Amino acid sequence: MIAKSLWAIGLVALPIAAHAQTEISWWHAMTGANAEVVDKIASDFNASQSDYVVKPVFKGTYPETLNAGIAAFRAGQAPDIIQVFDVGTGVMMGAGGAIKPVAELLTENGATFDKSQYLPGIVAYYSNPEGEMLSFPYNSSSPILYYNKDIFQKAGLDVDNPPKTWDEVWAAAREIKESGAAPCGYTSTWLTWIHTENFAAWNNVAWGTNENGLSGTPELKIDSEPFVRHFQALADLAKEGVFVYGGRTSEAKQNFTSGECGILTESSGGLGDIIKAGINYGIGQLPYDSAVEGAPQNTIPGGASLWVMGGKSDEVYKGVAAFFNYLSQTEVQQYLHEQSGYLPVTMAAYEASKSSGFYEKNPAREVPITQMMGKAPTENSKGVRAPNLPQIRDILNEEFEKMLAGQQDAAATMKAAVERGNAAIKEASGG
Amino acid sequence: MRRTVFPHKLLPWLLLAPQLAITLIFFYWPAAQAFRQSVLKEDPFGLSSTFVGLANFRKVLGDPAYLNALQVTVVFSLLVAFGALAVALFLAVQAEKIVRHKGFYRTLMIWPYAVAPAIAGMLWLFMFNPSFGTLAWPLRQLGFDWNPLLDGDDAMALVVAAATWKQISYNFLFFVAGLQAIPRSLLEAAAIDGASRRHAFWTIVFPLLAPTTFFLLVVNTVYALFDTFGIIHAVTGGGPGRATETLVYKVYNDGFVNLIIGDSAAQSVILMVIVIALTAFQFRFIERRVHYA
Repeated sequence: MIAKSLWAIGLVALPIAAHAQTEISWWHAMTGANAEVVDKIASDFNASQSDYVVKPVFKGTYPETLNAGIAAFRAGQAPDIIQVFDVGTGVMMGAGGAIKPVAELLTENGATFDKSQYLPGIVAYYSNPEGEMLSFPYNSSSPILYYNKDIFQKAGLDVDNPPKTWDEVWAAAREIKESGAAPCGYTSTWLTWIHTENFAAWNNVAWGTNENGLSGTPELKIDSEPFVRHFQALADLAKEGVFVYGGRTSEAKQNFTSGECGILTESSGGLGDIIKAGINYGIGQLPYDSAVEGAPQNTIPGGASLWVMGGKSDEVYKGVAAFFNYLSQTEVQQYLHEQSGYLPVTMAAYEASKSSGFYEKNPAREVPITQMMGKAPTENSKGVRAPNLPQIRDILNEEFEKMLAGQQDAAATMKAAVERGNAAIKEASGG
Repeated sequence: MRRTVFPHKLLPWLLLAPQLAITLIFFYWPAAQAFRQSVLKEDPFGLSSTFVGLANFRKVLGDPAYLNALQVTVVFSLLVAFGALAVALFLAVQAEKIVRHKGFYRTLMIWPYAVAPAIAGMLWLFMFNPSFGTLAWPLRQLGFDWNPLLDGDDAMALVVAAATWKQISYNFLFFVAGLQAIPRSLLEAAAIDGASRRHAFWTIVFPLLAPTTFFLLVVNTVYALFDTFGIIHAVTGGGPGRATETLVYKVYNDGFVNLIIGDSAAQSVILMVIVIALTAFQFRFIERRVHYA
């Protein structure tokens, strides 16, 4: 009790003692093990120097954090650093003076910013059309394929060779269902992120015009033949009960961890829950479409990045630059990557994990990286961007749900999705 | 009648002040903000804002998704309000008949009211999840193609059930109190005259309960319109498609997920008008038929 109150007094006295230090607020949306990583990185940085104190504050889910940041900005109380999820990138980029581009911040504060040190796929995703990196990639992930080895065995499938193409996935899924090895062959989280945005990049087909929106306002292109064929296959499988729909975000993971479904496509960041479930799982690359020439290309990152808010003092910016410098250090990146399961952001950290033998022990952890780095990104595979991507995903999900419920076929679904999506993009970009 | 005049001028205001302050801060101020934002077109960060007059209202009212939300809300509110009232009245009447352990049964009935809406939603979601739901399994065994993730009617049934279940306790409490206030002599007189229990209920008990029922009707309507947000958010998120997107949920979705602040504010204003009109209507027309003993 006495110790506790002494501690409390110490806490009150602390700001006086630490008078010379500049405080930097960092709003984030990390929970569980990933929140511990955030706290550890911040406290290690604070201990490494005496000029700045980074204060991480948990602000809820990704959308809640973004909304809190926006509301705080409107009230003139914005944090210094805010973690924004991938789909919020377009919103932040449209914020103009409300944000401070990270590349600019780093060079202004004497830190050298060398793009080539960072994983190209990730840098491209968080850069503006001129190639200037706007936010600092913090946690990046990539969709991969998980499969249940016990179910594969029961169905008489090759346990060591997971399906590589979508056609192979459909065949394996049907085999699982028909052989009675499991009631469901295949399920997937995030249909929008995995089956449209990453499907486009991985198979090198356009998701939208203007480099998928990276070089200007996009018009959706997901009603082209490969998409329609892909979604018709999903609709057919859903009708046969081979594909089971779990929900709009990561709900379907439960269908896999419960042993109901034999194959799952999910973010590499979902690995933790799958290990926790204790099933005999295997990992493969995200499947590609063998009918499309040049596939597979490369996948695009999901996850979140750190944005610096505009209108702060030079002293604060100096501190943020020092913190980002610290974050880019190889040991910090390696720690972040190996602890959280997110991708390393710098090449050096990737090399360090490689040479330490981390991937020999955990081969699955390299799959999302090689997938993203395999080839130099094309105009279809740098990423996707729209001023209102969350809304576009909602529209797509609504149409997909109607299709999976058997109310419309894939051609009608993609047509409606494109029409409604384009109208919403036009509205959001002030057209 | 003689008017009583209190000597103090300041004291009444002072006593009213806390309530007035709360109303001002939590109702009038946000309402004024909603009115202001409903005639503006703004980016999420508020960096640029243009006065657009009633354009937001025209857009919202011309949007098929808004009309869908209106329809969903009407269906949802009617089902929840009448479902919760009917079940609670039935249970209250049954609980009155119990002679032993009356208090125990009543406590059990009131219990669900202590559950937060989001928790109640999760509870129902887990019980009826098509993959691992404890109660979804027997439903499927019975031959129902139960899938609230894709079937809009199943999803609606699920949110209505969860929202109704949550409100039954509250109604039950008031009906029990209402029933106790009915003079026993009336029921005894009816019994002596040879009225059946059913007849006595509909001609004596139900009319005498009217003030309670009317009060609960207003409360339940407001509950179904506003307080069910947590349940819908947790159970369906407005889906599948837009099958369970109510007006309140759409305000949230457009404002906080899609960041279209002008549209969202316009919807809030329309919602405010609807609720004021509905409550005025209920007091003007239904209350006339209510007999306060």
